[in-house]
Amino acid sequence: MADYYSPEDLNRFQEIGGEASELARKFFDYYGAVFSEGALSEREKALIALAVAHAVQCPYCIDAYTRACLEKGSNLEEMTEAVHVACAIRGGASLIHGIQMRRIAAKLSM
Amino acid sequence: MESSWAVYGCTAEPAKAESGVEPFRKKLARLGKTLLRATGTTLQVNLGPMCNQLCRHCHLDAGPHRTETMDLETMEELLRFARTCAPQVVDITGGAPELNPHLSYLVESLSPWVPRLMIRTNLTALAEAGTEELLELFRKKRVVLVASFPSPNPAQLEAQRGIGVMGKSLEMLRVLNMAGYGIPGSELELDLVSNPAGAFLPPAQQKAQERFRKELQRRWGIHFNRLYTFANVPLGRFRMWLISTGNFQGYMQRLQSAFNPLTLEGLMCRSLVSISWEGYLFDCDFNLCVALPMGGMKRHISEMEGFPEPGSPIVVGDHCYACTAGSGFT
Repeated sequence: MADYYSPEDLNRFQEIGGEASELARKFFDYYGAVFSEGALSEREKALIALAVAHAVQCPYCIDAYTRACLEKGSNLEEMTEAVHVACAIRGGASLIHGIQMRRIAAKLSM
Repeated sequence: MESSWAVYGCTAEPAKAESGVEPFRKKLARLGKTLLRATGTTLQVNLGPMCNQLCRHCHLDAGPHRTETMDLETMEELLRFARTCAPQVVDITGGAPELNPHLSYLVESLSPWVPRLMIRTNLTALAEAGTEELLELFRKKRVVLVASFPSPNPAQLEAQRGIGVMGKSLEMLRVLNMAGYGIPGSELELDLVSNPAGAFLPPAQQKAQERFRKELQRRWGIHFNRLYTFANVPLGRFRMWLISTGNFQGYMQRLQSAFNPLTLEGLMCRSLVSISWEGYLFDCDFNLCVALPMGGMKRHISEMEGFPEPGSPIVVGDHCYACTAGSGFT
């Protein structure tokens, strides 16, 4: 194996149902339902997915949802803003924990 | 001797590249499908690849470096042939049709008896060709204008069509609106066409239309009637771009994965005949680009009377995957 990640694996996602077809079917049915038009448009959902893909740093998801965003009519400006949303939440999540640090430090300090 | 590629579409024969997809012809055969002509309704007239722009998605390799354009003699033969067809629609395209010196004559000749006369415009050529005179003629003859406008996002639009094109396109859309084109309640129809700015499929037409309408009105106060979204066809300059950027295989596979057999029934090639600037007949503008003549035999409009017979086979190639992806090219 040359690499842990292979772009070709993205097109083989369905193979995950190999030894657990019923579970895979349920997952993919659910997945399809999540991304279909609802209170949010498919375009909005793709942008959310792109942001989450960056938050979880999944290269497969980044690949898939970059294309999906473009194919739903989004542009690079909107997609970059979505990535910044992920960045802000990740950064903010670290920073808000700093309050815990300050609280503990305050308790321990004279 | 010039190759047929140079004559019809591309300045150089396209680089051979392995698409990695099942040949379209075999795909149809495997599915037990055929692509046959229905009753003819539309004449598409390609006045030639002469154009003032050098769009990167162009399947015809049109641009300022191309000088081919339909001459008056061919146009007279076209008018005779058109009479024998009695089409519901005549769709004039290019290149940039506005740059043909005989366009006004063609419009004057066709408009009295063609129910729907369409001209495809890149918007900027209309300014170069003398907007006032042409626009007055289009208004008077109720010509439908179909304008290329890939995206309300300037970066996406200019990546496809060239630096500075966004501003010029918006300016011409304003001029068209002021002339009554695209305004709600007006009889002057202005439609937009959006092709993706890259190696990906277009968004769903209805959703894209809603978004374009909202964006164009909010940001620039521009109105239009309908938006059509079409996949880029992997021929000509776009094919070269796909190959040179390593996108060719991926794009072909994307098109193939989106193949929708339900599109076959309504494909434009079933009811349309495409005529080159020299007067030769093709099943569509894309076959014209790759010199695949209608019925596999090179035929001139001077040799034909009326539309080809319903039931005649349509010549296909792997580029047909672009018209059968998703909602299709109808």
